[in-house]
Amino acid sequence: MPQVIRKYCHVTHRSATVNGKAFPVAEVDGEGKFLTALYRSLKIDYPKFFKMDSLSKLGFLASELILRDEEPRFAPREDVAILCFNRSASLATDALYQVTIRRGDGCYPSPSLFVYTLPNIVTGEIAIRNKFFGETSFYVCKEWDVQQALRMAGQILCDGRTRAVLAAWVECFEEACEAFMMLVDTENQPGIPPEEIAFSTSKKTTWKN
Amino acid sequence: MIAIAGDNIISSLGFTAEECYRAVASGQSGVRLHRSFMGLPEPVMASTIDRERLADSFAALSPRPDGYTALEKAAILSVSSAAAQAQVDLADASVLFIFSSTKGNVHLLDETEAGFSRSHLYLWHTARLIAEFFGNPNAPLVVSNACISGACAQLAALRELASGAYRHAVVVGAEVLSRFIVSGFQSLKALSPEPCRPFDVARAGLNLGEAAATLIYRRVDKGAEATAGVALLQGAIRNDANHISGPSRTGEGSYLALKALLQEVAPADIAFINAHGTATAYNDSMETAAITRAGLSAAAVNSLKGYFGHTLGAAGVLESVISARALAGETALATRGFERSEAEHPLSVTDKNMHAHQACCVKMLSGFGGGNAALLFKKFKPR
Repeated sequence: MPQVIRKYCHVTHRSATVNGKAFPVAEVDGEGKFLTALYRSLKIDYPKFFKMDSLSKLGFLASELILRDEEPRFAPREDVAILCFNRSASLATDALYQVTIRRGDGCYPSPSLFVYTLPNIVTGEIAIRNKFFGETSFYVCKEWDVQQALRMAGQILCDGRTRAVLAAWVECFEEACEAFMMLVDTENQPGIPPEEIAFSTSKKTTWKN
Repeated sequence: MIAIAGDNIISSLGFTAEECYRAVASGQSGVRLHRSFMGLPEPVMASTIDRERLADSFAALSPRPDGYTALEKAAILSVSSAAAQAQVDLADASVLFIFSSTKGNVHLLDETEAGFSRSHLYLWHTARLIAEFFGNPNAPLVVSNACISGACAQLAALRELASGAYRHAVVVGAEVLSRFIVSGFQSLKALSPEPCRPFDVARAGLNLGEAAATLIYRRVDKGAEATAGVALLQGAIRNDANHISGPSRTGEGSYLALKALLQEVAPADIAFINAHGTATAYNDSMETAAITRAGLSAAAVNSLKGYFGHTLGAAGVLESVISARALAGETALATRGFERSEAEHPLSVTDKNMHAHQACCVKMLSGFGGGNAALLFKKFKPR
């Protein structure tokens, strides 16, 4: 059976949709506050969220949008994999950490920032929240390619153990955030056609100079 | 199944796989004390690539040596050396490049660095420069999965070659040290002021290392397995689902990754397990728990961190190069720095080079984000 998309969501710094339908988010004060407003609108209690960097917050919220109606929730399982992609790895947090190691201005390297200077931390955050013991992988590429993500999810689904893959583009850079996440399996044929959800990733995610 | 067609290591111990393997087999270490390291206030025990030799070697390879960072030069040199051995035309569309690094050129964020555009900060850009150097037409895959990246890159090679789209995969891992990386590990209090001592009762933390390492894999067609040489049979990645920067006390993900491999191999056929073995208190205890739970406590276990330090995104490739050579040479290499186990954990950690005739070896890796990987190699007659 080929791998198919069962469900998907799209989150930016100003909107969230699930399967193409807007997810209602309560009033927001200022653009940077959208992810926190989305967290509140999801009505979950997970204080670790506030310790995460923007990349992890974004991926975490996308995974909540996808998984909130799934049953059973939080049962430990090894058969769900997490496969993420983005363009700039953890450069947004890297730049914040770099500031803490400037010489001679009273700054000290921050261990709590340093641990977020790896892009795959977002896959770990989602695994911890959901008790997913399956494969977690992070790839960096110039542009989001739904077909490539589906193909690689299909490779994981051939391993004899994995039954579902959360495959996602999770990009956070300066003010621009964009996540696209899909739940991929082989059991819900025919699934959602990929062309319905193909979108071009934001062009804003480039260094200003 | 995919087989090793060429290999290379650029490190403190040499610029070829052969040179590095011989150094390790004779007990040499590239880890040394740097009293002053990139202006950081504390001395650093680390293994570094000789920049002068790197620049000279690269200038001999390329007519236009400018425009490449040290990391890119090391990676290109490494691929070039492995390709000469594999006799593969890297410009062919049947070849896929897979690049593994945790931090790439992150040092370019430093205000003291000059001369390179910020595009080199993007891992995909660096990967393209490497592939384009060899005229390869395909977009490279780039793995950035913390310290298990080098194993993930090899698993990606296994999957991509199995899909039939490519005949060869060039897996190259590269990491250079920077104030960014060193200060980060210092802030986590993970660095040992002494040469590291993997699995030893007195271990006091890890040493960092720089390296570029390459494995060129070829697809082995059905019926040709018997003369494949050293092959990668299987790999597994599992998450601890426990903590983003600390390993699971019970070694959950690492145990599950080993368990997945044990469907393919009997414990009696394992010549040795090359552990991650960073020499931090938590990592080595976690791996001990995982290996014990998997029923492999009788197998010879080693770590190569005492020779090269922890080379981060290059470690999975580098340590697979050395382990594959050791497997072919029927040797379980000594764990440099190891003297005495913790009494309650009786793993068979190697304290000297030992004869090991079995056909298979296992490579283990663990990293931040809770990721754990295990790879299974098997030797056949050489082609």
